[in-house]
Amino acid sequence: MTNETRVIPVLELSHISKRFGPIVANDDISISLRRGELLALLGENGAGKTTLMSILFGHYTPDEGTVRVDGVELPQGRPRAAIQAGVGMVHQHFSLAPNLTVLENVMTGTEPLWSLRSGTAAARRKLLAIAERFGLAVDPDARLGDLSVGEQQRVEILKALYNDARILILDEPTAVLTNIEAERLFSTLREMARQGLSLIFISHKLDEVMAAADRIVVLRGGEVAAERKASETNKAELAELMVGHRVTRPKREAATPGEIVFEASRLTVSSGGIERLKEIDFFLREGETLGIIGVSGNGQASLSQLMSGLAKPAAGEMRLFGEPVTALDVHDLVEAGIGRIPEDRHKQGAIGEMAIWENAVLERIRQPLFSRRGIVNRAAGQAFAATIIEEFDVRGGTPASRTRLLSGGNMQKLILGRNLYRRPRILIASQPTRGLDEGAVAAVHARILEARKQGTAVLLISEDLDEVIGLADRIQAIAKGRLSAPIAAEHADPRRLGLMMSGDWTSGDGVSGEGNSHAS
Amino acid sequence: MRLERREHRPLVLVVLSPILAVVAALAIAGILIAAAGAPVLEAYGRILTGAFGTRLAATETLTRATPLMLTGLAAAVAFRARLWNIGAEGQFYLGAIMVAALGSSVLSSLPGPVLIPLLFAAGAIAGMALMLVPLWLRLRFSVDEVVTSLLLNFVAVLFVSMMIDGPLKDPLAFGWPQSMPVAEHTLLPKLIERSRLHIGLVVAIVAALLVYLLQARTVFGLQSRAAGLNPEGAVFAGVPLGRTLVKVTCLSGGLAGLAGAIEVMGVKSYVTTDLSPGYGYAGIIVAMLANLNPLGVIAAALFTATMFVGADGMSRAMGIPTYIADVTVALSLLTMLVAIFFTQYRIRR
Ligand SMILES: Nc1ncnc2c1ncn2[C@@H]1O[C@H](COP(=O)(O)OP(=O)(O)OP(=O)(O)O)[C@@H](O)[C@H]1O
Ligand SMILES: [Mg+2]
Repeated sequence: MTNETRVIPVLELSHISKRFGPIVANDDISISLRRGELLALLGENGAGKTTLMSILFGHYTPDEGTVRVDGVELPQGRPRAAIQAGVGMVHQHFSLAPNLTVLENVMTGTEPLWSLRSGTAAARRKLLAIAERFGLAVDPDARLGDLSVGEQQRVEILKALYNDARILILDEPTAVLTNIEAERLFSTLREMARQGLSLIFISHKLDEVMAAADRIVVLRGGEVAAERKASETNKAELAELMVGHRVTRPKREAATPGEIVFEASRLTVSSGGIERLKEIDFFLREGETLGIIGVSGNGQASLSQLMSGLAKPAAGEMRLFGEPVTALDVHDLVEAGIGRIPEDRHKQGAIGEMAIWENAVLERIRQPLFSRRGIVNRAAGQAFAATIIEEFDVRGGTPASRTRLLSGGNMQKLILGRNLYRRPRILIASQPTRGLDEGAVAAVHARILEARKQGTAVLLISEDLDEVIGLADRIQAIAKGRLSAPIAAEHADPRRLGLMMSGDWTSGDGVSGEGNSHAS
Repeated sequence: MRLERREHRPLVLVVLSPILAVVAALAIAGILIAAAGAPVLEAYGRILTGAFGTRLAATETLTRATPLMLTGLAAAVAFRARLWNIGAEGQFYLGAIMVAALGSSVLSSLPGPVLIPLLFAAGAIAGMALMLVPLWLRLRFSVDEVVTSLLLNFVAVLFVSMMIDGPLKDPLAFGWPQSMPVAEHTLLPKLIERSRLHIGLVVAIVAALLVYLLQARTVFGLQSRAAGLNPEGAVFAGVPLGRTLVKVTCLSGGLAGLAGAIEVMGVKSYVTTDLSPGYGYAGIIVAMLANLNPLGVIAAALFTATMFVGADGMSRAMGIPTYIADVTVALSLLTMLVAIFFTQYRIRR
């Protein structure tokens, strides 16, 4: 111990404070990082994790406090100085150019503009050497836009390493990854730590934090709430440290489903000339949750677009409340009381530059409550937003503040609130807890279960096995655009679901039949 | 030293920044005036007296501000929804020639109170129609409307010169290419006797108020802002994207067309190819100076007109070049852009 303390830490954040107006995002935070260490940063939505990392990387200037790399203080607010000192950052929303190749992306910003000779050949050699060293295989000449999300993230990491990063920061790197991709990412990160790099990653997934990290720092309300060695703590304790009280995900109680409210048969959806969904069959019943589980990229996006009113089926039949419909349209869905939680909250779920109240009412703006003869009733809109903020515990904003300022989790609560507040008859939820902290996940689950209890038919599209097992009454797997036959939740266990997700049934055998007849 | 995004924009700053911008622009222009060998403060005074010193000057400034308000609104409305209408100049001319054609035709037997609103509408519709072309190209083929609306300006002006040298040519104009004048009773009533100032100014101010209310209080305003800020999110929330853009286009093109109609009926009574000294383009500057705020457009148009008219007076009185007015307006646009920037960002050490 005495030996360790004498070593200068690779990175040292001391007494960092940062306020945004009335909000204290960081309050006297001190953290240090040793060589070869993998540190996890945990904390509720809005706890100040992203803010802290942005200060470290120079995107924000702290109100107080210093950042030291190898004992040398970094000038504040200069990303370039941070990069030169060996700090690399992988943002949650990637900052790469989709129309350039991998190599070009990695090189941009490193080449002096006035250089006549392009160092492409040397750069390629360096890139390949790094990729080799850390097992980050990529094709340097692939266009970035053609890569999967997981591969794009690999390019982000490569870019940081290309800039000779010795300290790597990853903000919620696994939020957009499939489980397999996440596992691969962590084995890469471990390998990097073994080779002497130091890493900080932010995550809300306690499993992966426990599995991967050496040390865990928990932030709460902008302060360091606790620091633990991974070997000396457990998930329950971490969850409690984050939220301040014990967290347990609510349990689903058995219920008798009611009428069928939506039915799809042999539905096919195409986009860009490709069949994204192939002859799928499913139905939704009042007071019941249908879970669609699958590895991302197997047609979930199309399914959620279809059900949100953004895509039309190319073939097949649909019945909504018993009536045949040829296409769902946003306006009709909203009018019919169908709630929609989109997969991507920043792109689809909210308009960042608009006020919270405007986002709360935008989809229902034509309803008499919020406008009359085309004139918006601002008071009603603001009151509605205030109610959602109150009831759904949206922190960090007032009805009039800009939505962009909410932390990711709080934005999700806003979207959830505007949908659930009016007791929808059907709820379409795509990845409803992506990026949420344990406490918020439990809260969202409780809300969804409550809606179901009150008779809402829920379609839950998720990649999170635990979530689907915890919430769904019936489960269908999606693979290569096809849906498996449903199984009852009672018959579901991770191993079986894993098999279903692999798409074995698409070739015939397996999980046919049962569950459709189930109605316990 | 570095820039940081401001999350709260203090109201003081928002109000103060255009004023500071104008002061800064005048200060820089002062260097030019000094270089031209004139006493700077006196020159500033001459700008003011040139623009407002006499009854004639004041009415002239207001007359000039009228079309600028309307073209400024046209740009502001479109830019808010991220529809880049650079074609107000062409829409202005098309509105003008429409009015000249109808106002000198058999329709002119209609009584004034019927005909005047009719001609306003006709001018606006001409402007709308012209802007609908770039919108259609954008929605159908993803063609950038910056380029198409800009190029249509030249098409429109050439069309106008064809008309006034052809079917609409005034036979009594000694061979000059100019259109037939509109009927006497379609000329807009004057606001002040024996001046060029006409009720078009009132129309423009009312238009600014209406546009303001439209943007701040209506479903259309909310939806067009959403469409501009995040089209994908707007579609998810059920905003009819195409329809909203069509409405924005009609409003924007219509305002520019109306500007042309009013200029003909209020000032000239006929159309020539120099009817507009670039009102359409200047409208873009006016809109930017106003930070796209419809009420700000009124002030920005007054400022721009003051500079143009006042600098005329200044140069005559002090013997320095008139282009100093153009330079000052251009400078104020630059300083305004800087000012807008600093209402959104701050410098941190
Ligand atoms: N630029 C900003 N202006 C104003 N407030 C901000 C700004 N950035 C963050 N905040 C606020 O500071 C707090 C901390 O935000 P931060 O993004 O650091 O949270 P986080 O821990 O990363 O949360 P999440 O897990 O949801 O991503 C929140 O209340 C947020 O609303
Ligand atoms: Mg964050």
